[in-house]
Amino acid sequence: MWDYTDKVKEHFLNPRNVGEITDADAVGEVGSLACGDALKLFIKLDENKERIVDAKFQTFGCGSAIASSSALTEMVKGKTLDEALEITNQQIADFLGGLPEEKMHCSVMGQEALEAAIAQYRGVDAPAHGHGHDHVETEGELVCKCFGLTDVFLKKVIASNKLHTAEQVTHFTKAGGACGGCIPKIKELIAEVMGEEKKAAVEKPAKLTNLRKMQLIQETLENEIRPQLWADGGDLELIDIDGSNVQVAFRKACAGCASSGYTAKFVEQKLRELVSPDITVQEVQG
Amino acid sequence: MKEIYLDNNATTKVDERVFEEMRPYFCELYGNPSSMHFFGGQVQKKVDEARARVASLLGALPDEIVFTACGTESDNAAIRSALEVFPEKRHIITSRVEHPAVLTQCRNLTKRGYRVTELNVDGNGQLDLNELEKALDEDTAIVSLMYANNETGVIFPIEEAAKIVKKKGALFHTDAVQAVGKIQLNMAESAIDMLSLSGHKLHAPKGVGVLYVRRGTPFRPMLVGGHQERGRRAGTENTASIIAMGKACQLAEQYMADEAGRVREMRDRLERELTSLIPNTRINGGGTERLPNTLSIAMEFVEGEGILLLLSEKGICASSGSACTSGSLEPSHVLRAMGVPFTCAHGSIRFSLSRFTTDDDIDAVIEALPPIISRLRAMSPFGREFLNK
Repeated sequence: MWDYTDKVKEHFLNPRNVGEITDADAVGEVGSLACGDALKLFIKLDENKERIVDAKFQTFGCGSAIASSSALTEMVKGKTLDEALEITNQQIADFLGGLPEEKMHCSVMGQEALEAAIAQYRGVDAPAHGHGHDHVETEGELVCKCFGLTDVFLKKVIASNKLHTAEQVTHFTKAGGACGGCIPKIKELIAEVMGEEKKAAVEKPAKLTNLRKMQLIQETLENEIRPQLWADGGDLELIDIDGSNVQVAFRKACAGCASSGYTAKFVEQKLRELVSPDITVQEVQG
Repeated sequence: MKEIYLDNNATTKVDERVFEEMRPYFCELYGNPSSMHFFGGQVQKKVDEARARVASLLGALPDEIVFTACGTESDNAAIRSALEVFPEKRHIITSRVEHPAVLTQCRNLTKRGYRVTELNVDGNGQLDLNELEKALDEDTAIVSLMYANNETGVIFPIEEAAKIVKKKGALFHTDAVQAVGKIQLNMAESAIDMLSLSGHKLHAPKGVGVLYVRRGTPFRPMLVGGHQERGRRAGTENTASIIAMGKACQLAEQYMADEAGRVREMRDRLERELTSLIPNTRINGGGTERLPNTLSIAMEFVEGEGILLLLSEKGICASSGSACTSGSLEPSHVLRAMGVPFTCAHGSIRFSLSRFTTDDDIDAVIEALPPIISRLRAMSPFGREFLNK
């Protein structure tokens, strides 16, 4: 059984603001039957169209999806649209005294529906996510085909919630939770987000000597890459470095793994980011 | 709150007669059955008696019964043994709707170079034996198919499947964890080589299982380092639980008619009432043979976790094939393999009855569930569209 807080249970058993607003100023819809959860959010503004005076919801989904929707409607009342846009999925979870990590996607869905409603009111495209919507213009590349999630959306959730494993991304967005085919791509996105943050923090040295480059490759493999492979039961061994060509052999779960091609790409990308952009990674038997 | 327990495919209450039978074997009769002295010897006699009782329920011989720690161990041991017996054979056949104890192991074996065929099921969750026949070849080491499905109760034509498999010279294993005690089995007239059962599904405690291994079937043990179970499962016997398992099997034999009669009638009444009181439902596996105790009902436009939480508020314990309850994000692999549409796969609830279920329990569900579904449908954007039609 899920370890729901009393507040989650209370909002599930006695949800606030269920229903629809027929003359709503804004309506935001995310999710679908196929996804397993969906939320339709209605917002009513005051006469000056400044503050939210009423909010109602309809939700198809589990207990925490209903509780998150209920919480969201309570939180937005009395706020201006700009203030409402400041609400993060973490704040929705906090309002409920926390959600189990596997259920964080419910809070993300609430935040998405709010963005979608406000975007609709303002007549701009909803932020890209594609979450079960076939009529929304999606920006970015489709990563998770099962749940219809784009790289732009995933990177946003990764960065704002400081996620660092594919499992966490699944818990927060559902991406990768069905067929699992996009998990290598999710790992690349995490690496990208982490890389961007690192880049902002430290500038790479201007010129690398061969010796320094070899040292850096070894350090990056040890500190950045192998721990991520270990997490999946895999491993690799550095076989040789020839100029910018890095030869590695996969071990344990990575050896003979169908997606070792992705893994090699991931290693290459990581080394290019953290050591030098001209690095190529080659998988060898050894 | 008194529980109304309708989740017997998950686990069952230990029958008090079973508990009484095992009770002395902790603090008083704690001897090791392998010991030479009288104190161990008397425990050995009770273990032998338990073995005979299990054999009797299965229509088997006592020396065909191997005690294990759980159904999962039995499944793992059967498949691993077959692969060791036929090291040159690299093909395994199973089905898409197996319990993870079988399916996960088979899928892991693909990483070690084994070829695994997962047989499909139709909309009723039923097998096509022609597909099995086509999949079999000289390279097939073992076929493992469940006797009855834990989620839907659908019963596979296991005896026919076993005969087809034996003709090709492969070993046949069945996970009968859900079937034993609910339907009559007779190993004496069967082609099954190995069969798994689990104690806690038939009113014995958790932590004890059985692997039936037909006389003459080659077997390689998974656990080695002791002569116990005639060398087929090393490790000091879990004597109290084994004795409990024997008692549970004896009782199961007595209650078989109850399962087929009273329990089936209660299940059928629950099914009839719920489908008439709740619009837009379907019975998963409703068009084929099912266990007498299992009802898997799919309700459109609602999500299973909400239903379970609201049922739980009324003391009713059931389970769901929904994604949200398990932490995975897809509806159950069984319902997906059956092609249950997404509109109702997320809203499937399983009620599983036992000898302890009463008419009052069934009445409680008939009273509680319809308003829960109306309430959740009224809350759901899809349910409202449907209700407004």
